[in-house]
Amino acid sequence: MSEIYMPRLSDTMEEGVISSWVKKVGDKVTTGDVLVEIETDKAVMEYEAYEDGYLVKQSVGEGETVPIGAVIGAIGESPDAVPADSGNGGAQPAAEPATGAVDPQPEPAAEPAAGIPRQAQAAEEAEEAEAPAPEGPARPRTSPLARRLAKEYGLDIETITGSGPKGRVVRADIEAAAKQRQEGAPAQEPAPAAQPSAGAPQGAFDDGRASEELTVSNVRKVIARRLTQSKQEVPHFYLRRTIDAEALKAFRAQINEQLESTGVKVSFNDLIVKAAATTLRLHPAVNRSWIDDKLLQHGRVNVGVAVAVDAGLVVPVLHDTDKLPLSEIATKSRELAGRAREGKLKPQEMSGGTFSVSNLGMFGIDSFSAVINPPEAAILAVGAMQQQPVVRDGEVVARNTIALELSVDHRAVDGAVGAAFLKELAEILESPMRIIL
Amino acid sequence: MSVITYRQALRDTLRAEMHRDENVFLMGEEIGVFEGSYKITEGLLKEFGERRVRDTPIAEEGFVGAAIGAAMLGLRPVVEIMTINFSLIAIDQIINHAAKIYGMFGGQTSVPMVIRTPGGGGQQLGATHSQNIELFYSFVPGLKVLAPSTPAEAAAMLRAAIRDDDPVLFLENLGLYNSKGEVPEGDETVAEIGRAAVTREGTDITLIGYSRMAMVAGQVAEALAAEGISVEVVDLRSLRPLDRQTIVESVCKTGSAVIAEDDWLTYGIGAEIAASIQEGAFDYLDAPVRRVAMAEVPMPYAKPLESAALPSVESITTAVKETLNAVGRRVG
Repeated sequence: MSEIYMPRLSDTMEEGVISSWVKKVGDKVTTGDVLVEIETDKAVMEYEAYEDGYLVKQSVGEGETVPIGAVIGAIGESPDAVPADSGNGGAQPAAEPATGAVDPQPEPAAEPAAGIPRQAQAAEEAEEAEAPAPEGPARPRTSPLARRLAKEYGLDIETITGSGPKGRVVRADIEAAAKQRQEGAPAQEPAPAAQPSAGAPQGAFDDGRASEELTVSNVRKVIARRLTQSKQEVPHFYLRRTIDAEALKAFRAQINEQLESTGVKVSFNDLIVKAAATTLRLHPAVNRSWIDDKLLQHGRVNVGVAVAVDAGLVVPVLHDTDKLPLSEIATKSRELAGRAREGKLKPQEMSGGTFSVSNLGMFGIDSFSAVINPPEAAILAVGAMQQQPVVRDGEVVARNTIALELSVDHRAVDGAVGAAFLKELAEILESPMRIIL
Repeated sequence: MSVITYRQALRDTLRAEMHRDENVFLMGEEIGVFEGSYKITEGLLKEFGERRVRDTPIAEEGFVGAAIGAAMLGLRPVVEIMTINFSLIAIDQIINHAAKIYGMFGGQTSVPMVIRTPGGGGQQLGATHSQNIELFYSFVPGLKVLAPSTPAEAAAMLRAAIRDDDPVLFLENLGLYNSKGEVPEGDETVAEIGRAAVTREGTDITLIGYSRMAMVAGQVAEALAAEGISVEVVDLRSLRPLDRQTIVESVCKTGSAVIAEDDWLTYGIGAEIAASIQEGAFDYLDAPVRRVAMAEVPMPYAKPLESAALPSVESITTAVKETLNAVGRRVG
């Protein structure tokens, strides 16, 4: 009998959701068989058996969340093997008569097999009652003093942003909020529509139009946390430049003509990703990360491509983008985007990025400002290709253009450095042969 | 008003108490002819004679036991154990006899004795002679443990210890013997056992220490005042009974606390103080309570390592500033 634990499937993973059990209780299991699909903070991943036997227990049901290391099931030597001890953390349930849930009458000696699991289960329940796994939105960090003062001032502490370590709300934050309220600054209270959680819709009746709280996926939680962190901690600045895309358009047509027999088709985005990688190699000062007061110079150029999926947003990374031929960037992007939509990206396919490209051109967006994906120092937002009146040689002519906007982390990269990068990138895109040189 | 050393304050007080009460007598290794390893008993053999200033063999268990017997029969022995490290030889006498006799025998006799003993590192005396194990005694009901940090306190608390009817472990510190302070001439103050003192008022943070660390805490507070940081210093003075009220009142005022202790961190005196703070001042805490203690190693002999192992003005200052940063005061 051996227990199966919630594995750590990515660096940032703290808990996992049982997405679905592939094996049912009683199923024969061979090493390498997929037992269960687990949703981490980044992806849904298959988890394989490490030994032969039978799945004898599923301790965690589908859709449930447990922390890393928690027992999620057990594999036994026979299909009806009885899990002896399924308490998390190695507790010895048989030695705990004080749980109250255990039958005080000793089991008849003739039925030891039935008695043991019942005690085990009772102990497990008792443990859960003592230390429930953290579920739902995390409780905000607050100091006891801040909580007491918030109560005295009649402030909702959850609406106050903390300035202490890890965002802890401290006395100074409460006093600032109280002062702000006194001075008639913007109200602390969020608009009613922003409070869907209370389960008490406005008005006494439910006409089917009330706000309701939705289940939040792990991916959604990570997006919320990381982007909030980015906007709170990373001092963004933005650089805009519109490029003449006529040459790029012709270049793409020419390449795709050459690739026609292979079935590979290069998109504008592939060209921009490759051009960005080439430019990063020429401007390594943008290929950096500011992490905990340290400045990191990356040797590799790994460009992430933002992909919209049902669950939210994921950014698969093309490793060593500067070294990949265009055709491979095209194939690989397509393949990664496909698997991203299925939620089947591996964590290593979403980590290690040093720069990102986000393209909303397909929605006809002129231009936009993207949020940096930490710890990367910059992200390029790409708008739609569109015809614009442009002055050339004193004449107004219609040209195809693309608006680029670079969001930059000022801690790692200064304005002139970012501007030089964007200038070079624009020039490369306007003389696209340089993309592949 | 005169400025004298901690050593001088102890000597003067012993002498005055021996004049005041003829039942007071001294016992210990090298305290008579040699006048004390740290010269606390200088001149006392000459003045009071061998009957009241008794050199003992190197046998702590024996002479502590003898002192307990003398105390039970009405005398007021003041025993010197050369350093607190050697009290380990006598720990059974101290914990199982001195601390227990009053309670176990229905109050038939008290044990009015004082054990004077210095702790403290920083003197390059090696791992076995540099420990701060006052915790062992502070843990035991039936004992009182005093730890003065200034000459004036040393005098007032030694007076109180000698006149108290319970066994008192009187903790001195090798690093304090030469420290100087004002002691009012002819002062007869008898300290109240079990009272801590706010030795410096402040509003930003509470810094707690005892014995040598109370002195260092004062230095830290003084230096930080120049940076506009107002540190309140609490000198515990009595480790048992512990004055939780003074500690809690101070933390309720400032909202955060740092504890400096010369002993080891794990299970140390600071752990007890931190627990008392969260029990008494939970709703007033704006940051976690910090402890600065000795490195968890047997004391190294080499001077640079010994200095690195002990809490210092620098390490305490860092902890104070980090705690202030955590409550939104951006300091250095």
